[in-house]
Amino acid sequence: MPAATGFGVFDYDMEHLLEGVALLFSFVLLYQRRLSAVINTYTAQALTVAASCFWQSHVQHSGDLFATGVVTLLAKGIGFPWALNRIAKQTHAAGSVEMSFGVYPSLALGVFLACLALLVVMRIPAGAALTRETLAMSLSVLLLGLAMMVTRGSALTQTIGFLSVENGLALAAVGMPGMPIVVELSVAFLVMIAFIVFGIFFFRIRAQFDSLELHHLDRITESPE
Amino acid sequence: MNLGPMLSLAWFVALVPLLTACVLGFIRHPGTASLVNQAAAVLAFVLALLLPFSTDPGGLWLAPDDLGIHFAILTSFIGVSAALMSGPYIRIELETGRMTPTRARAYHALFQAFLGFLLLGLLADNAGLTWIAIEAATLSCVLVVGLAGTPRAVEASWRFFIVCGVGIALALFGTIVLYLAASAAVGTGFAAMSWRAITAAAPRCNGLVLNLAFVFLLLGYGTKAALAPLHAWMPGAHAEGPTPVSAVLSGSLLNVAICVILRTRHILASNPMAISPNDALIALGLASVLLGGISLWRRADAKRFFAFSTMEQSGLAVFGFGIGATGAALLHLTLHTLAKAALYQCLGHAAQRKGGQSFTEIKGLIASDRTLGLSLAASIIAVAALPPFGMIVSLFLILSFTAAHTPWLAVPLLIGIGAGAVALIHRLQTLCLGPPTPSKFPPVAALTLLPALVLLGLTILLGFAMPPPVAAWFARIATELTP
Repeated sequence: MPAATGFGVFDYDMEHLLEGVALLFSFVLLYQRRLSAVINTYTAQALTVAASCFWQSHVQHSGDLFATGVVTLLAKGIGFPWALNRIAKQTHAAGSVEMSFGVYPSLALGVFLACLALLVVMRIPAGAALTRETLAMSLSVLLLGLAMMVTRGSALTQTIGFLSVENGLALAAVGMPGMPIVVELSVAFLVMIAFIVFGIFFFRIRAQFDSLELHHLDRITESPE
Repeated sequence: MNLGPMLSLAWFVALVPLLTACVLGFIRHPGTASLVNQAAAVLAFVLALLLPFSTDPGGLWLAPDDLGIHFAILTSFIGVSAALMSGPYIRIELETGRMTPTRARAYHALFQAFLGFLLLGLLADNAGLTWIAIEAATLSCVLVVGLAGTPRAVEASWRFFIVCGVGIALALFGTIVLYLAASAAVGTGFAAMSWRAITAAAPRCNGLVLNLAFVFLLLGYGTKAALAPLHAWMPGAHAEGPTPVSAVLSGSLLNVAICVILRTRHILASNPMAISPNDALIALGLASVLLGGISLWRRADAKRFFAFSTMEQSGLAVFGFGIGATGAALLHLTLHTLAKAALYQCLGHAAQRKGGQSFTEIKGLIASDRTLGLSLAASIIAVAALPPFGMIVSLFLILSFTAAHTPWLAVPLLIGIGAGAVALIHRLQTLCLGPPTPSKFPPVAALTLLPALVLLGLTILLGFAMPPPVAAWFARIATELTP
């Protein structure tokens, strides 16, 4: 734990630079049209989160956070992007344009959500300054990920939105000083995401649906008597 | 760092099903797997029954409070009855070719894993471990629901996954914020994640941070508790999953989530700076009662229909906790879990006999299968909170408490409950009375209905002739839950 926190202290500024970059990638995710670009942006965000883990492990002198960083790097920086790219290639969707919202409304929604996160969190007194700003940034990333899940139509981009939500959670968890079982929490979450990604594979392999568009799934929901 | 007694009784309660799940993954013969499944469920239940008498102070991870122990006993009991039902149920599914032996093996392993993680979540004294356990329970449950592999089952489990995934993400964020709030009062480290330590230190936490944590925990675990409008996953998961799992799902996954919400409520209510958590519980509970009760009117699938009834009844319990009728709400939740488990068991047998689970396929059950039809009718009456079953008592207590304290809330509550009860009675008539639809498969042995009848008997006993020690136990939990 650094003795002094606030603007101008290197530890603090570095951490917030990384969080800010992650938030920037969240905005990019909101408006990217091509699937391959969405996957690349997600990868960049995951790498930023991994860098944040390593930086926090250095600042807090925590081996646990270093382990979290390694897991993040391997799973989210390398594993998931590889799997997502493979699915995109199999479904011939890599270059597709799909967007249920326009670029400007999406960005306006993103700005609104980020402001909301800041307004909510900044009401907390500055007693724990380090964590307060971290919380605001990670909440913004989380909300933007949720917005992406709502505004995107296909299972694959929705999954990437969910992965981005997880990035926000990882930022929050590693930013809390001395929080125990961060490794366990992040591994548990990554297992769930792995299941989701595997589930999409499964959909394709079983060929039960012509496409990953979610409204095909809605077709088979119950019709009233 | 002292890790405390690693293998206390609470650990055994959770580890028995979890280790059995690993073993069941390797047992190929369905009959043997079924027996192992039943034996493990009984063992977990017996161990859970010993928990109230345990003097073990608990360790760093597991130190159950009375509420957790109560739900652990209830969950493991429902687990026993569902495991007993699984035997004949899976055998028939295998005979009719709706399930392959490989899938039956996966079913048994996942059933125990689901049960084990639910128990772990209830007994954990660490907010992070609770989250991990509920997340893992959800995962195993999603896999069971999708086990049939039909498009509808895959769709239901996908929706279950996405909606609960978002819920789980929000719950984790709430857990992190809760840690932030607590670490300012009790210091960083494990203490700031212990439910007990946080509750004790709640008055010294920052109210604003607690508010933020509560919002996310309520939304996150509220998704699991299927509170309106966060219930989208539940009807499909109930309808498409194997029926014994629907029985466990209907009570227990919801109960675990409600248990966590109640702990959070206690923390907030102990802090003078924080918002009142009860208003949120009242609003969500009432919305669930109304939406659940009214949704019952346009369902074609029987298992889906009763899922909405579950939403209505657990919403009523959450409403009861919100207005302060804590003991009555706890009794209602308990009785509903028992009655709904009985109902899903009877319904599962009926659906197997008729070869379908829509209302057009199951009709006139009493005429074709007298015992099964009567048992199903009795369990529908129990779930509709009508006499002679116990839920009428807890319903009356909640209603009279509402009428005495907030009379204007009693009106919408009555509308929701009334709409639900009438819909249930209407369905009782079509399911059980009148001319029967043709039966496609041989009848079930009367003995297989025994677990359901025991559950129904218990709802009468607990409602009208509760033994004094049990009554004292309920009173003790209600006092503990009232800050």
